[in-house]
Amino acid sequence: MAVSGLATRGAFARAPRRGTASRLLEDERWLAAALLLPTVILLALFIAYPFVEGVWLAVTNATVGVPGKFVGLANFEMLWNDSIFRVAVWNTFVYTAVATVFKLGLGLWLALLLNRNFRGKAFTRAFILLPFIIPTVLSTYAWKWMFDPTFSVINWTLFQLDIIHSRINWLGDPGLALISVIIVNVWRGVPFYAISLLAGLQTINPELQEAAAIDGAPPWQRFWHITWPLLLPVTMVVVLFSVIQTFADFQLVYVLTGGGPANATQLFATYAYQLGVGTGLLSQGAAVSLAMFPFLLIIVVVQLLYIRRVEVH
Amino acid sequence: MARVVIRNLNKSYNEVHAVKGVNLEIRDREFMVLVGPSGCGKTTTLRMVAGLESITSGDIVIGETVVNELPPMDRDIAMVFQNYALYPHMSVYDNMAFGLKMRKFARPEIDRRVREAADILGIENLLNRKPRQLSGGQRQRVALGRAIVRHPQVFLFDEPLSNLDAKLRVQMRVELKKIHDRLGTTAIYVTHDQIEAMTLGDRVVVMKDGVVQQVGEPLDLYNEPANRFVAGFLGSPAMNFATVALTDVAGATHALGEGLQLALPPQIGERLRSHIGQQVTLGIRPEDLRVESGEAANGLSFGAVVEVVERLGSEILLDVKVGSGTMVAAVEPTVQAKVRDHLRLALNPERLHFFDCRSEAAI
Amino acid sequence: MIEGAKWRRWVYFYIPLGIFIVWLLFPFYWMLVTSVRPDRELYRPWMAPNYAPFWTTHPTLVHIIDLLTQTLFIRWMANTLFIAIVSTLISLFCGLLAGYALSRLKFPFAGMLGTGIFITYLVPQTLLFIPLANIIRNFNLGDTPWALILTYPTFLIPFCTWLLMGYFKAIPRELEECARIDGATRWKAMLYVIFPIAVPGILSAGIFAFTLSWNEFIYALVFLSSAHEKTVSVGVTSELVRGDVFYWGQLMAGALLGSIPVAFIYSFFVEYYVAGLTGSVKG
Ligand SMILES: Nc1ncnc2c1ncn2[C@@H]1O[C@H](COP(=O)(O)OP(=O)(O)OP(=O)(O)O)[C@@H](O)[C@H]1O
Ligand SMILES: [Mg+2]
Repeated sequence: MAVSGLATRGAFARAPRRGTASRLLEDERWLAAALLLPTVILLALFIAYPFVEGVWLAVTNATVGVPGKFVGLANFEMLWNDSIFRVAVWNTFVYTAVATVFKLGLGLWLALLLNRNFRGKAFTRAFILLPFIIPTVLSTYAWKWMFDPTFSVINWTLFQLDIIHSRINWLGDPGLALISVIIVNVWRGVPFYAISLLAGLQTINPELQEAAAIDGAPPWQRFWHITWPLLLPVTMVVVLFSVIQTFADFQLVYVLTGGGPANATQLFATYAYQLGVGTGLLSQGAAVSLAMFPFLLIIVVVQLLYIRRVEVH
Repeated sequence: MARVVIRNLNKSYNEVHAVKGVNLEIRDREFMVLVGPSGCGKTTTLRMVAGLESITSGDIVIGETVVNELPPMDRDIAMVFQNYALYPHMSVYDNMAFGLKMRKFARPEIDRRVREAADILGIENLLNRKPRQLSGGQRQRVALGRAIVRHPQVFLFDEPLSNLDAKLRVQMRVELKKIHDRLGTTAIYVTHDQIEAMTLGDRVVVMKDGVVQQVGEPLDLYNEPANRFVAGFLGSPAMNFATVALTDVAGATHALGEGLQLALPPQIGERLRSHIGQQVTLGIRPEDLRVESGEAANGLSFGAVVEVVERLGSEILLDVKVGSGTMVAAVEPTVQAKVRDHLRLALNPERLHFFDCRSEAAI
Repeated sequence: MIEGAKWRRWVYFYIPLGIFIVWLLFPFYWMLVTSVRPDRELYRPWMAPNYAPFWTTHPTLVHIIDLLTQTLFIRWMANTLFIAIVSTLISLFCGLLAGYALSRLKFPFAGMLGTGIFITYLVPQTLLFIPLANIIRNFNLGDTPWALILTYPTFLIPFCTWLLMGYFKAIPRELEECARIDGATRWKAMLYVIFPIAVPGILSAGIFAFTLSWNEFIYALVFLSSAHEKTVSVGVTSELVRGDVFYWGQLMAGALLGSIPVAFIYSFFVEYYVAGLTGSVKG
């Protein structure tokens, strides 16, 4: 039987002729170039080019419809002396730092809770992610409505619980607005932290915990000496992504306060929007956005270095 | 069906020079086994023949064609990988048919060939399963089947049996041999298992550090190893080595070492003449040692103290102390020996091996 | 002792978890209640007597009906869906090819390109929206869906590429080597062997990318101006808020309905979504 198969082998033509294109695609380098081409074009066109354009805008005095002339660092000089910009920088840092600390703390706590076995765990996990997947702008409107000082539920609840005795203007009071905004940001971010950290927790071998428990380590010690160090690499990456997103946040503040009251919640992005789109001062808006870049760069570099160090250990 | 010629083949990865000047000719219909310790460049050589790895320098000829620049698909070869590399998303049938489909064979021909191969391997009833529903041995068969259906010029095997358990491995080894006898396709087979090499190969190539040490029929390599490495690599338990000094005592060559004092017969003495007065390495295969009841007449025996007795059933392995060194002797199962017994071991001078201490080449 | 254990379980587990769940899900309930609450209840101050925040005795569909008939909401939904689907497909296509090249092929500057794509992954949209708006205008894409379809991939491709690289790396090399020996070109080996095996990864990436583009706001806000081109988020923001007047009933109805497609897809593919989420932060 095999022999009959062998006889038909002659039917196979050797090395069929192929076109130049398909021959080039057999070469790793050409294939790689072809495969990367669409990505590189899109990213060059809509990331690299805008970046260059942004730098250019920032050193001109362009406004909407007016190309503008080169003015050097005048825009940045203006920002340096701009009290609103300073407030925005300060707010951005406070917003990022406070929100990140709470997101990490609460997210970790929630992850530890979810890491236990209980009925309806998968279900709970699925629901808990909702704040993260529902369009932020839409859910933020719900919060805005909840924060409403006259008609809404938060004040009512606090009043019923005898915690407050007069209405609180959550978003209208300059002292409270940033806190309110941070609360919403934390609300939205906690599920992301919790689910990512939960995934990290699940990769930790439970035998390690058991071994430590047998050694007589109390729960808190077990967490501190075993779980936390093993979780640290994942945590760092999660924090990196989250910090960047928080630092550059826009939509939440835009919906809740629009940067007000009296710039109390003004961030880099909202201020850039206000200048560049609201007022039409393209070049100043671009300068504000761009001013975010060095800060982001420092954050990213520091965190990446730290992550590398953690991973080496 | 085709011969494969490898000429002066080299491969470097940056600093690592993995394959160094390999020359081989694999004859048509031959089953050639590449054997050697881990990292010696077997896989690299095979992958260069397959076209999966670029060649740093040298030539590879399959049939009459230099294939250096041909992509794998045009080399008309089939390869079986250590982890089988079955396509997990395809049924067994589709796994076997894939190569033929890629080559645009007609449907009936594909079907005929797949069923023929399935018949040879006894996997007709598995054709609709997915790889994850198969046992290790069955996966192995499918991987073989995928190679067989192609009717390629050359089969390449990279340690195809090493993921199987010991029993299955022996069984598949026999089956591979049968299939090769039946199809007669030229095959290059990489393994680090010297038993596979000895039993499967028409000829065997022993490699070390990217260099071919010796090529030849299995028994030739076993009986006449070209150097100390080949001698030690083939055979289980491994050959015993001892450093001895060769001296000339009244015209007769003597080998003197730790606990050894051997008077060599003249024809062997003649062979060693040039090394008289030097240290050489003496090699004795364990099965060439036997327990002598009295003092051997010809002066070719030595005293030893038993340290470990391993009864394997078909034979007994004695780990013995000779002087301050140790040796292993494989002796008849009827031998009565206990730990700490003092024995005399006799040997057959025809079966002794001598190697130059420096070059390690056989003398 | 057992009593004590039970008590501890409540304090350390059920109560905190319960609070978390209420806190995380209440806003959605609030959306729902608001969207079916008649206006006269809606605008009754909480200090007034009979204020019942958590339910309504006179549920009404009037906000939802108004939203669907008086506004362009359905149009916005269609726009968002179209934009999200097309930009996801483009990003998956690019991400698949790029991810394959970066994880499997050896070529000059591979490391540099990989790093470059990773860095674009970290670039927030708010960094570039002003110059990008200029560029969109120059390309005559302003106020068309293509303004978003072409720009969303800038943050979706890096994500898809990154995620899929992880999946490709987990596929044994031998599979495609075997395919190439079996007679497939590199291209076909990728298409017929690697991609089908990576389907779970492709699904994860696709679903995640879809939700990301559905959620995007600032580009949509800046690049689109006419009411009938808008996406849900922007449409709701600009058309249901007139100056200082918020149409809360409709707004909440819009938020609810606008969330349904993502929630729907999410509910079917929770596992894939979570895989995408956790894969996206894998270092
Ligand atoms: N892609 C690579 N890059 C760098 N060095 C490599 C690469 N592949 C193999 N090597 C090196 O080349 C040498 C030969 O490797 P090869 O895989 O051929 O060994 P082998 O004989 O097949 O060993 P084993 O029995 O373990 O499979 C080794 O030293 C290995 O480290
Ligand atoms: Mg190998």
